[in-house]
Amino acid sequence: MEGSATVASKSAREEVEDVVVRFAGDSGDGVQITGGQFTLTTALAGNDLATFPDFPAEIRAPTGTTFGVSSFQIHFGSREIRTAGDQPDVLVAFNPAALTVHLKDLNKGALIIADSGAFTDRNLKKAGFTTNPLEDGSLDAYRLVSIDITKATLESVKPFGLSQKEAVRCKNMWALGLVYWLYDRDRKPTNDWLAGRFAKRPEIANSNIAAVNAGHSYGETTELSGEQSYSVLPAKIKAGLYRTVTGIEGLAYGLVQGAQSAELNMTFAGYPITPASSLLHTLSRLKAFDVVTFQAEDEIAACCVALGASYAGNLGVTASSGPGVALKMEAIGLALAVELPLIIVNVQRAGPSTGLPTKTEQSDLYQSVYGRNADSPLVVVAANSPSDCFYTAIEAVRLATKYMTPVILLADGYMANASEPWAIPDVDTLPKFPVAFRTDPDGFHPFLRDDKTLARVWAKPGTDGLEHRIGGIEKNYNSGDISYEADNHQKMTDVRKAKIDGIANDIPDQTVEIGKESGELVVVGWGSTFGPISRAVTRMRAAGKDVSHVHLRHIWPMPKNLGPLLKNYKKVLVPEMNTGQLITVLRDKFLVPAVGLNKVSGQPFKISEIEDGINGQLGQ
Amino acid sequence: MNVATRPEKLQAKDYASDQEVRWCPGCGDYAIVRAMQVTMAELQADPAKTVFISGIGCAARFPYYMATYGFHTIHGRAAAIATGTKIANPELDVWVISGDGDALSIGGNHLLHVLRRNVNLQYILFNNEIYGLTKGQYSPTSRTGTKSPSTPAGSVDNPVSPTLFALGCGARFVARGVDTNQKHLPEVFKRAQAHIGASFVEVFQNCIVYNDGVYDYFTEKDAVPDNQILCEHGKPLLYGKDKKKGLRVKPGAFEIESVTVGENGITEGDILVHDETSKMLATMLCSMQPPALPMAIGVIYCNPAPTYEDGLHAQIAEAKAAAPKPSLNALLRRGPTWTIE
Ligand SMILES: Cc1ncc(C[n+]2csc(CCOP(=O)(O)OP(=O)(O)O)c2C)c(N)n1
Ligand code: SF4
Ligand SMILES: [Mg+2]
Repeated sequence: MEGSATVASKSAREEVEDVVVRFAGDSGDGVQITGGQFTLTTALAGNDLATFPDFPAEIRAPTGTTFGVSSFQIHFGSREIRTAGDQPDVLVAFNPAALTVHLKDLNKGALIIADSGAFTDRNLKKAGFTTNPLEDGSLDAYRLVSIDITKATLESVKPFGLSQKEAVRCKNMWALGLVYWLYDRDRKPTNDWLAGRFAKRPEIANSNIAAVNAGHSYGETTELSGEQSYSVLPAKIKAGLYRTVTGIEGLAYGLVQGAQSAELNMTFAGYPITPASSLLHTLSRLKAFDVVTFQAEDEIAACCVALGASYAGNLGVTASSGPGVALKMEAIGLALAVELPLIIVNVQRAGPSTGLPTKTEQSDLYQSVYGRNADSPLVVVAANSPSDCFYTAIEAVRLATKYMTPVILLADGYMANASEPWAIPDVDTLPKFPVAFRTDPDGFHPFLRDDKTLARVWAKPGTDGLEHRIGGIEKNYNSGDISYEADNHQKMTDVRKAKIDGIANDIPDQTVEIGKESGELVVVGWGSTFGPISRAVTRMRAAGKDVSHVHLRHIWPMPKNLGPLLKNYKKVLVPEMNTGQLITVLRDKFLVPAVGLNKVSGQPFKISEIEDGINGQLGQ
Repeated sequence: MNVATRPEKLQAKDYASDQEVRWCPGCGDYAIVRAMQVTMAELQADPAKTVFISGIGCAARFPYYMATYGFHTIHGRAAAIATGTKIANPELDVWVISGDGDALSIGGNHLLHVLRRNVNLQYILFNNEIYGLTKGQYSPTSRTGTKSPSTPAGSVDNPVSPTLFALGCGARFVARGVDTNQKHLPEVFKRAQAHIGASFVEVFQNCIVYNDGVYDYFTEKDAVPDNQILCEHGKPLLYGKDKKKGLRVKPGAFEIESVTVGENGITEGDILVHDETSKMLATMLCSMQPPALPMAIGVIYCNPAPTYEDGLHAQIAEAKAAAPKPSLNALLRRGPTWTIE
């Protein structure tokens, strides 16, 4: 199993290759902050890592309830880490509800650290326990460490005079200190962060720091009642300067870089929706980069504001999640009809309608490729990880501005919130693609096209002598004036399609991520299934299986060598967090006998699930 | 189609594009486009910096006929698109052209917000109390009982008053004009253009095909004197053939009433003086309906406030002053980083 640590003798620290730790508690327990701090410290220790923050839909669900449980999983190791891990080796449960919800994910023998102080009769009842699992022997198959963390925390912060409520809030830091001891992590980055974060309230900063230290020394002095402690050595990853990055950060910085490469100011318009809102929040803090952010009255307006900004010569960007993107579609149709650049970021979430807003899925591929009235081709690209969001966003801007087209940029809730180490690029070395606005009135009309790209000229209002009118009504190919002529409509429809199809000549050939250019089986993925697929394929290949991994960034148009490439394999397996969308496109375009592997539980694929799928195809 | 060299002084005709106008003969829209071209010439507006953005409807065809920049967009959304254009380039003079369905049915939300935000643009609503382009269905401004293809037995719902809606949204400039009043309409447009902030203008427009004559009761030559009142800031609210009728606050009530100077001891001193900065008065003027009270025309409310894009760009300027040469490289390296050898 991915992420299983082996337990051996108890004396010195035992070296393990990789570990999965999950923190779980009430949404008010500070679980996400704890996870974030553990991630930072682990990154600074030089491990490779991947995280999976999982939130309840309710902001502050009633305390102690199972539906209010928030969790944060981190997988770290001394080797390359591609996923947040299939099964936790350690579960830190801040209350009985967190234990019930997550117990089923644990291997027998996993370590459970539970705050016995929160296992009150009331909380046990809310979580559906009739007897206390910490005492009734029902957890005998696990290594249970039951500590009254609440009490220990109150004890450790006593000198600082916090209110009872504030004091109890420090218990996440106590637990973090204990886990730091368990994996030999440095406490300093967290203590520094606490000092900075609560600079205005030193008593809170000091209490939290005291809690971290107390948790740590508890581990040290009691050796967790005989529990083993571990060390995870730094990973052998590519040399360079690293930071952690979430998908949202990757998108925000990539869009800023894209605008700079295109030499455009950016106007970003959004309407709050989980999990896309944080992009609006992040960009709102980047005003110094000539980023205008705008909170619109709805998604339609957001898309229209972005388009209006593109019309004026800015890079117009809008972002939402599936239901919001549905509202934007008419305006996206206008953007492609008037051939203006526009970036539409879709941070996909689970389910039709409201579905499961805080859970992940990749079920908006049909919506992106096909989801408009009439023949409405545009570009669709998909990021595959938090750091890849950065590069995919730049590619989206490049294509939108070079081809005067809307581009849908697909991410998902999982990669948006997850973080991973990122070798920070020197942005000065990234390619530039400055936009050349039309300024010459000689021979101008608004639908003059570049012979090669078929992109129309971009003439922005304010330019002397280029006054012109554009709109959604069909345009005359030769003048841009409105035209109801039959042949002209055919020609314009054809050129809109040819322009987008032609982009296939301007995107990189599809490469094989892992494995060979031909063989028995290829696993084709897109988006955030990258991690589990690549890990599963790596492991299966190590076990001697003839399987390769191909991962698509360009969903529409597709790389021109993709069809021939897929035909080099006897079998094609397409894992997707939907009921089979990319597979339809692949079958339709290339007539390949692809088979789907589909999961729509709101949770990312486990490596073992992909491995089972591969075995199924290879006949084992 | 584009003017490469521009005459010294632009005439109204210089603002007309070369496109064939496709409104029905006799449509009120002709008069409005004409008034706009006159307005442009009087302002000597720079065609390169002037942008007309419209939604969908008969009215929304307007931008095609102006020799400026123009964007004919989608139904109801022009206000949002224009907002994007204006915040991206505040130098542009942006005009939104909309119909009653476009503005108050499908686009009601965007009209509300563009006015509330006070984006510096002009929003001109061509009110013909009908859906023209889709062949005559009743609209949100149609009077109760309007017979139309979708309401053969007459509509049963209440109409919305565009100007009262605008005031309710927090508009800082509200005016009215009549399509056929070619002398007055350019004056209203000029005031709207001069106002810094969102300017809302309702133009009573006759749809000769589907709703002919709906405004006759106050726009017919004979009806005008007793059924229209021209609101001019600082002047008494007088009307009627010999300007003897006037408006005053009804004693003992919070209402406006029509009185006649020289009758029942009424003098000019009793007549309300138009104060275009008074929202209370504006609300009352917009509520007036003939025959009891005249239809208020002109600049009913004008009370400027800071604009949205000024506030927005001030924040950007502030951020840029604090970080004059922002570097993405530096940003990416801010916060915890580590080196792998
Ligand atoms: C999304 C959408 N829905 C419906 C229509 C059809 N439609 C076009 S114009 C219009 C109403 C126009 O009425 P109004 O705004 O009053 O303009 P008028 O034609 O009267 O000037 C409608 C319903 C459309 N073009 N787009
Ligand atoms: S239908 Fe009415 S509003 Fe439309 S062009 Fe004809 S007359 Fe004008
Ligand atoms: Mg109408």
